[in-house]
Amino acid sequence: MKTAKQENAPTRPNELLGPEMSPELLNQRVGDEARVRARAWWWWLALFATAGGVFMMFTAITWVLAKGVGIWGLQIPVAWGFAIINFVWWIGIGHAGTFISAILLLLQQDWRNSINRFTEAMTLFAVACAGLFPLLHLGRPQYFYYLIPYPNEMGLWPQFRSPLVWDFFAVSTYGTVSLIFWYLGLVPDLATMRDRTKPGLRKKIYAFFSLGWLGRDQQWKDYRALYFMLAGLATPLVISVHSIVGLDFAVSIVPGWHSTVFPPYFVAGAIFSGFAMVATLVIPIRKLFKLEGMITTRHLDNIGKVMLATGMMVGFGYVSEVFFEWYSGDAFEMQTLMDRLTGYYAPVFWTVIFCNVISIQALWWRGIRTNPWLLWILAGVANIGMWMERYLIVVTSLGHDYLTSSWQDFNATGWDWALYLGTLCFFFFLVVLFVRLIPMVSMHEIREILHERAERGKEAS
Amino acid sequence: MSKPYGILALFNTAQEIYHAAESVRDAGYKRWDCITPFPIHGMNEAMGLKRSLVGAFTLVGGLTGFTTGMTIAWFAGEFNYPLIVQGKPFFSFVFPFPVAYELTILLSAFGTLIGMFLTNRLPRHHHPVMDYSNFHRLTDDKFAVVIETDDPLYDEAKTKRFLEELHPAEVVVLENKEEVKA
Repeated sequence: MKTAKQENAPTRPNELLGPEMSPELLNQRVGDEARVRARAWWWWLALFATAGGVFMMFTAITWVLAKGVGIWGLQIPVAWGFAIINFVWWIGIGHAGTFISAILLLLQQDWRNSINRFTEAMTLFAVACAGLFPLLHLGRPQYFYYLIPYPNEMGLWPQFRSPLVWDFFAVSTYGTVSLIFWYLGLVPDLATMRDRTKPGLRKKIYAFFSLGWLGRDQQWKDYRALYFMLAGLATPLVISVHSIVGLDFAVSIVPGWHSTVFPPYFVAGAIFSGFAMVATLVIPIRKLFKLEGMITTRHLDNIGKVMLATGMMVGFGYVSEVFFEWYSGDAFEMQTLMDRLTGYYAPVFWTVIFCNVISIQALWWRGIRTNPWLLWILAGVANIGMWMERYLIVVTSLGHDYLTSSWQDFNATGWDWALYLGTLCFFFFLVVLFVRLIPMVSMHEIREILHERAERGKEAS
Repeated sequence: MSKPYGILALFNTAQEIYHAAESVRDAGYKRWDCITPFPIHGMNEAMGLKRSLVGAFTLVGGLTGFTTGMTIAWFAGEFNYPLIVQGKPFFSFVFPFPVAYELTILLSAFGTLIGMFLTNRLPRHHHPVMDYSNFHRLTDDKFAVVIETDDPLYDEAKTKRFLEELHPAEVVVLENKEEVKA
């Protein structure tokens, strides 16, 4: 028979942190060793490979600025194309970061403490990639500031009824608040790094960014107040951002878009794709940096569960979309539906169903959720599925609108792909730099958990 | 030579500093602080600290943001450049709501940030505690109580004896060095 003591023993397989974890090992793995490990050949390989992609991205940007958006596969009626697909996809990926750092903090899910730093960084990088697309899609990006309501000599103001203006406010707020949240979460860890680094330029840089943090209790008190306040602000923010992105579609009168299901369906899809990206990043990094003691199978298990739950919500979104298109009784809505099921884009539709609905059913099994490489493959499949879902929504609806004479099928060009894959490389490039330069696990939060575990151990004995 | 900054007592565990904080509070000291590598649960009560003021800044920021959003939309649509679009009213509280909502969150976040910086007096360049030889452990795994010389009850010999009675790992008088001018 198991006693209460045995159940509390740190060797429990479902433990938050590995039994070998101690404050010393934490400092070593996250603080010092990560810097050494990141000098290995694979780090340089990853850096140069992704830097090549970044070069491709800048080439694609330069060319689109020189020639105009005509080099993309855009036409009338499909005027949105890759730019909006990628924008929606990237913003969605960012959402899991905020979900983990803010919503799970408020829900007191301690397991978030091992992965929140990663995912907040992921949010920032994803928002940076996302912001690029609407900007370039403007055609004349130098006039982007027309979206800001400022008094000008033309006496013109933005149209506040337009979701595109809401989008501008939502995305810029989201980027700013994510940056503040991530950076302030870092401050105590930067202070630790400052105190662990030998005098020199690196120490000066850490000292500058740690703002002279001491860890006085007075500071912790206000810091905690700030952190919870920001989490409370980021929670409604993250829901609103993708809802507004959903409204970009739902407010317009286009077959397949004009539906109230869009905002919640977009938010669920965002968290689904974001968690898939978290798994994609975390699984190799925990292996390479030997962080298994901090990112345990329990974390993988939870990531799998969230993917399953949000994936099922997305599946429900697909079903209700199909239902409402049929229920509307509108010939054009039905046409769009049949296009997706059997038309030119049918392969995309069925791939989406396979990636986002069928394949994730494997996550019902604990053995699959806790197997890092199987979870990694499923996450990759979900990433592809979510991108194709955005493709399906944007392209099929626009291509076959209410004016039959203007119908056209969409085909992407090489420049579309160059820019998309370029931002993907840019994202991974930033992640590669991040793991080397910044403590990638929140050290002060892990110390707190270790301390609580030690206290519990004392009480039990 | 100016007077010392204060006296620091170093502790090895969170438990010890928690009890030390209670003793210092009960002894009636006013200008003192604990330095810990992570926030310790219940420490605010042990030190007798009041609730954080940061929330008030958040509220002010949020109200400013909401008012700004609504005012811009009203000013633009109703006052500065009234333009009939689809026969709809020039201003209503409904359509600019997302804009006001996002600005509420943005300015609340700025307010919170400013509030934390003001209440904590951050960022700062230097602090006398940073000259302590074991300071690097205080952001790692050690804990310290610092009683400042400005405290009305401060008396170098008495305070030192008082701290020694709490069984710390060591007790050190912190000098108040003039900042080095480059």
